[in-house]
Amino acid sequence: MTNKLAKFDLNDDSVFVIIGSGAGGGTLGNELAQKGVKVVILEAGARFNIPDFVNDEWPSFQQLAWTDPRVASGSWQVAKDFPNLPAWIVKAVGGTSIHWAGASLRFGEWEYKAKTTYGDIKGANLLDWPITLAEMEPYYANAENRMGVNGTNGIPHLPGNNNFKVMQAGATKIGYKTVFTGNMAINSQPRDGRGSCEQIGFCFQGCKSGAKWSTLYTEIPKGEATGNLEVRPLSQAITIEHDASGKVTAVVYADAKGVMQRQKARAIAVAGNSIESPRLLLNSASSKYPDGLANSSGQVGRNYMRHTTGSVYASFERPVHMYRGTTMAGIIRDESTNNPKRGFVGGYEMETISLGLPFAAAFFQPGAWGRDFTSKLDDYPNTAGMWIIGEDMPQETNRVTLDGTLKDKFGMKVANVHFDDHPNDIAMRKHGYQQGTAVYQAIGATRVSEVPPYPSTHNLGTNRMSANARDGVVNKYGQTHDIKNLFISDGSQFTTGAGVNPTLTIVALAVRQGDNIAGMMTRGEI
Amino acid sequence: MTSRKIDPRIKVTRRNFLQSSAAALPAGALVAGGATLGAESAWAQASTLTPHTMATLTLMARDIYPHDQIGDASYRKAVAHWDTDAAASPAKHSMINDGVAQLNAESKKRFKADYVKLPDEASRVTVLKAIEAHPFFKAVRADLVVSLYNQHDLWPKFGYEGASAQLGGYIHRGFNDIDWLPTA
Ligand SMILES: Cc1cc2nc3c(=O)[nH]c(=O)nc-3n(C[C@H](O)[C@H](O)[C@H](O)COP(=O)(O)OP(=O)(O)OC[C@H]3O[C@@H](n4cnc5c(N)ncnc54)[C@H](O)[C@@H]3O)c2cc1C
Ligand code: SF4
Repeated sequence: MTNKLAKFDLNDDSVFVIIGSGAGGGTLGNELAQKGVKVVILEAGARFNIPDFVNDEWPSFQQLAWTDPRVASGSWQVAKDFPNLPAWIVKAVGGTSIHWAGASLRFGEWEYKAKTTYGDIKGANLLDWPITLAEMEPYYANAENRMGVNGTNGIPHLPGNNNFKVMQAGATKIGYKTVFTGNMAINSQPRDGRGSCEQIGFCFQGCKSGAKWSTLYTEIPKGEATGNLEVRPLSQAITIEHDASGKVTAVVYADAKGVMQRQKARAIAVAGNSIESPRLLLNSASSKYPDGLANSSGQVGRNYMRHTTGSVYASFERPVHMYRGTTMAGIIRDESTNNPKRGFVGGYEMETISLGLPFAAAFFQPGAWGRDFTSKLDDYPNTAGMWIIGEDMPQETNRVTLDGTLKDKFGMKVANVHFDDHPNDIAMRKHGYQQGTAVYQAIGATRVSEVPPYPSTHNLGTNRMSANARDGVVNKYGQTHDIKNLFISDGSQFTTGAGVNPTLTIVALAVRQGDNIAGMMTRGEI
Repeated sequence: MTSRKIDPRIKVTRRNFLQSSAAALPAGALVAGGATLGAESAWAQASTLTPHTMATLTLMARDIYPHDQIGDASYRKAVAHWDTDAAASPAKHSMINDGVAQLNAESKKRFKADYVKLPDEASRVTVLKAIEAHPFFKAVRADLVVSLYNQHDLWPKFGYEGASAQLGGYIHRGFNDIDWLPTA
């Protein structure tokens, strides 16, 4: 690659502007750049390189996480435990693909048809996706290949670490059949110019071997190498502007010095993750669009989903050292189908998880103190852990809004994230806790702890995809129903969440969207 | 002096005066146990908060997160920053002083003595329970969860090995060395 990084003029109105450089935005940026489209990615966070990552949980959190103010409300446990940290996501070039663990699963066919499959569920705002698994399959294949997902494309699975072996032994004992080291976007052998996993164990803190896929060192440099992609770090979009006809024309953003700049644009894709994307649309309200951009349906910010989650940690008589090796080292998939006999619709996965001591202290039992709590930490080396992640129900009242009073350092109103668990979510979590407990007790756990949800790592649904403009914000290509040169390119497009980790689908959708945007541009539609 | 910026709502700072004050302690002061931890002599160098207040915070730290394998010096280190925080912020200064006063009022009401003078942990925990909804208690606890457990030198005591990238990860160092599982 030669050193001719693209640099576009603020007044160049032929550029395609993408807001956010994470899984969705970074992938779309590369796709468009490969097709010869001139792209500017505005990214609120700084740009780090692999050597900058630190194997130390708090300093890494300080380095990478979005710690600007947000507010949590509602009856969910996170609002009580972490009122100013509803979500745990990244603010940096590469977005949350720096933090992510790498679990890459396709949706099941029925998960694109939640409304049809589950029927009317009281309180749930269910809808079928306007696309099917069959339509997504080629894009899943593309995403798995570019991300190097093991178990696909002839890539071997990773070896199981101690934490996985404990979960596997218990799972086998209670009769679970689909137990393996997962489909991870982590190199099990060198591939795509990146090395293989060294079992470092700090997957959430940025992979120091580069074995784990992140847009930071895959999609983004590949896009930049075309000479068509410019990434501007420390550039936070504040509002999107439009002309009299309603088409979007520019993004106003705060640059590294906090000075407001205006980047003109031919078209704009918003990929700031499911809290910041609706925040930006709502903050861009104008006299033409008094409820915010692309919000004629009133659905912008609504149907916020975060997956039904919880963890089970178990103490054993003898050492486990769960923190050694990949954080999400394996999976049990037997509960991932839709089997309403269990007392809830939708499925869930059980995936190993581990926290280092500092995060274990903060997250095992938030707010707890005294000997009962500290004895769990005394068991730390003998502890194994798993995370439950399942489909949660979209609810109209679970929503991201602009906070009435609180503003960030640029004077932009901050996001309020309101969430109440649906009874289906509660029933599923309870089942997951019970099954996780059974797994560990089967092999002699001396103590099992049910750990409440962490701040949301999966944030979905707040600009959802719908066949009909009145039900959602974007069409099947992520193009907003209201404004044809405005797109959504992150997990906020999700119509429903499915019972699997979301990122493979976010990437597949971004690749598909790139194809369609290129077609629209060629045809002169945008 | 190192000062590490954490989640902005929970700041961890380390003060080098700590090391000097720990070094100046009489040898006996380093014996674990509530009574010694309550010793005000360890805090003669505190400048804004009184030695009594600092001793109270230190004993609270142990009672909130009791680990018998951890020596007093680590608990002192975890709370030391409150002295400088109080110097910098009148609001924090009064939050701490008012909180300690309330703690002692609850302690006297129940046991006719200040919190640091209560010899048994169970009594002290009863007193802490009485104030656990108080912003003072919440602030001290929330801070401690970082300022105590983020002390790297304590990690080995919990069997946590910390950073591993510089050692080549665990691929050749036991990521899959478990040997006690039942074979299926
Ligand atoms: C600890 C952890 C583990 C995870 N593990 C997995 C896993 O194993 N499998 C899986 O599928 N998913 C996992 N996830 C979730 C995964 O990381 C996200 O689904 C994915 O990164 C979301 O992609 P995105 O493009 O929607 O947003 P992000 O990747 O979060 O990117 C959004 C970017 O937009 C930027 N931005 C926001 N607002 C603005 C603005 N106004 N102006 C400019 N820039 C802005 C942000 O700074 C950020 O960089 C995990 C997440 C976490 C936190
Ligand atoms: S365990 Fe593997 S994937 Fe995770 S950070 Fe280490 S090298 Fe990267």
